[in-house]
Amino acid sequence: MNELEENWTQIIKPKTGWFDIHLGELWRYKDLIGLFVRRDFVAIYKQTILGPLWFIIQPLFTTVIFTIVFGNIAKISTDGLPQVLFYFSGTIVWTYFSSCLSKTADTFNTNRDIFGKVYFPRLTVPISITITNLITFAIQFAVLIALIVYYKIIGSTVSPNILMLTLPLLLIQMAALGLGVGIIISSMTTKYRDLQYLIGFGVQLWMYATPIVYPISEIPEKWRWVMILNPMSSVTESFRYAFLGAGGVSLEQNLISVGITLGLLIMGIILFSRVEKTFMDTV
Amino acid sequence: MSVILKIEDVWKQYRLGVINHGLLYKDIQSYIARKLGRPDPHLPEDMQYTSTQGDRFWALKDINLDIEQGDRIGIIGRNGAGKSTLLKILSRVTTPTRGQVKIKGRIASLLEVGTGFHPELTGRENVYLNGAIMGMNKREVAKKLDEIVSFAGVEKFIDTPVKRYSSGMRVRLAFSVAAHLDPDILIVDEVLAVGDAEFQKKALGKMEDVSKEEGRTILFVSHNMSAINRLCKDCIVLKEGIIILQDQVEEAINTYLSMYLSYETIFVKKNDPNKPITLRKVFLEKENNLIQYSSPININIEYQVNKKITNCTVWMALETMNGGMVFTTADYDTNPEVLGQREIGYYSACVNIPGSWLNSGEYVVIVGIVENNPLVVHERTETIRFKVDEVGSPGYLIRSGGRRGVLQPFINWEYSIVDETTR
Repeated sequence: MNELEENWTQIIKPKTGWFDIHLGELWRYKDLIGLFVRRDFVAIYKQTILGPLWFIIQPLFTTVIFTIVFGNIAKISTDGLPQVLFYFSGTIVWTYFSSCLSKTADTFNTNRDIFGKVYFPRLTVPISITITNLITFAIQFAVLIALIVYYKIIGSTVSPNILMLTLPLLLIQMAALGLGVGIIISSMTTKYRDLQYLIGFGVQLWMYATPIVYPISEIPEKWRWVMILNPMSSVTESFRYAFLGAGGVSLEQNLISVGITLGLLIMGIILFSRVEKTFMDTV
Repeated sequence: MSVILKIEDVWKQYRLGVINHGLLYKDIQSYIARKLGRPDPHLPEDMQYTSTQGDRFWALKDINLDIEQGDRIGIIGRNGAGKSTLLKILSRVTTPTRGQVKIKGRIASLLEVGTGFHPELTGRENVYLNGAIMGMNKREVAKKLDEIVSFAGVEKFIDTPVKRYSSGMRVRLAFSVAAHLDPDILIVDEVLAVGDAEFQKKALGKMEDVSKEEGRTILFVSHNMSAINRLCKDCIVLKEGIIILQDQVEEAINTYLSMYLSYETIFVKKNDPNKPITLRKVFLEKENNLIQYSSPININIEYQVNKKITNCTVWMALETMNGGMVFTTADYDTNPEVLGQREIGYYSACVNIPGSWLNSGEYVVIVGIVENNPLVVHERTETIRFKVDEVGSPGYLIRSGGRRGVLQPFINWEYSIVDETTR
């Protein structure tokens, strides 16, 4: 009985096709994901004086700068919304996405030592990063809610609506997009280090291709296709529409954005699981 | 016993030298140059136009191994023999190029402990984290936590961030986590190079318990032959990616060590009838001139007396490889009667050097025969060489290069407390 082939709990083989992915294994390591999240959060918290306050200070300062530069100097429309709310909401959405992307993009380089010593599903690391960032987002989101309440009380035109319930979906989409693009880049940086330098400035460019400092309604017709191809633009607009009541995109555009996100995520997972098996031989 | 780990025709290929430039633009330049038939601007001159196969080598070649439950297997070989590659494949850090490995149960590796520790987290948090990295869930770690902490001896500091631990404490804690993992197969690579002697002993003991009492399987890679000897039952010897030997641990260690020793194991000389006395033969009782630290060394000296001779001495000196004299001894030291008349005949003498006395190292045996009054040197010649190996010596004597000195005897120390107050 013991000698039956099926009784092997594990067979280690050379890397085979492109679709040799074991997502089921991730579930067994869910505790590890939790502990990585805890570790990363505690590490940030313990190494700074102000701790989690930074998570609030950062977007607030950015908002102030955006308000001065884009709102008061460049006088870009905010779809009739209070400028602070408009920029703050855009900033926290973008911060979540971009930090998911840039931190997961560094997975293999940051974890080279431990990856070289023990096996565990490598995807646990980027997944835990998106969850850690969610905690940051939650803190910033609480500030946004407070701001909304404040503006509501002083009588500004802010109308949160039932679409707020789509928040989890929007978060999942942002996480999936950040994760997908991040792991694509991380898989490629194991071979090409110079791609790393691209990330910081690529993310910056991407932000300006996303309606963060301007509303989508300001975009001329001939540039709309950029907005459609960029999944983050529909996420940002939908978020603003749900919580502030202005902006928004069509359902079709949302679906296209979800489709592109899924495509990038799947591509990322395939690339990642291909690289994770051999990357120790190349670094 | 059932086979718990089966390695089938495993080959592993690595690429040598420039894999790629690590920079995209350089790769593009190289690619364009190749397409245009120009020399690659990023390859050294002597590597131009070489075949792409030339920069690959096989780190493992056709490894086949069946390991049964409860086996304690040592893996030895020189640096680059493929030991670590094999362990990396088993612990799934990398994949084989060909062949496959089948495993029953959980496999945990202890390759250089403590890599998963985060300095900001407390000892307790790190235990959970490290356990999870090795595949345990929270419940399993919680069950073992007390045992892990007390084995490592860090009870008082368990809620202190690990950054305040001494390096010894970190190593102990990390080892302790891995040792309490309850894996079906435990892979250990050179962990015993770290930690203090006391803990090394404890760690070896723990690994013995794990395998002997709990019936778990252990694969142990080390350069420390005495640790291998103590822990393992069987041993494989790797050389240039091939398993050249699989045997019981002592046989394997002896073979391995003698592979790199090519001394004359026996010194033989023809009889010279013109001389009254000639040296004929010097040899060790052991075949391969490789001696464990703890075992006595018996040097046999045979000589021919061609005509009656008086007042003659056969002596032996031991020198280190760089010419340092260890000691000189002569046959009349213990047998003064030999200074009298020696009859014609073939003689055999044996010099007994006690075990646990010479430090590990290589030695040269010099044998001489002199006639006194008047002084005539009949023989003075370098004969055989032998090596005392650290196998069989206590770990603390050989750790980190061992103690200095030609001799490494056990010297008795006596101590007592003279005054119970502080002076």
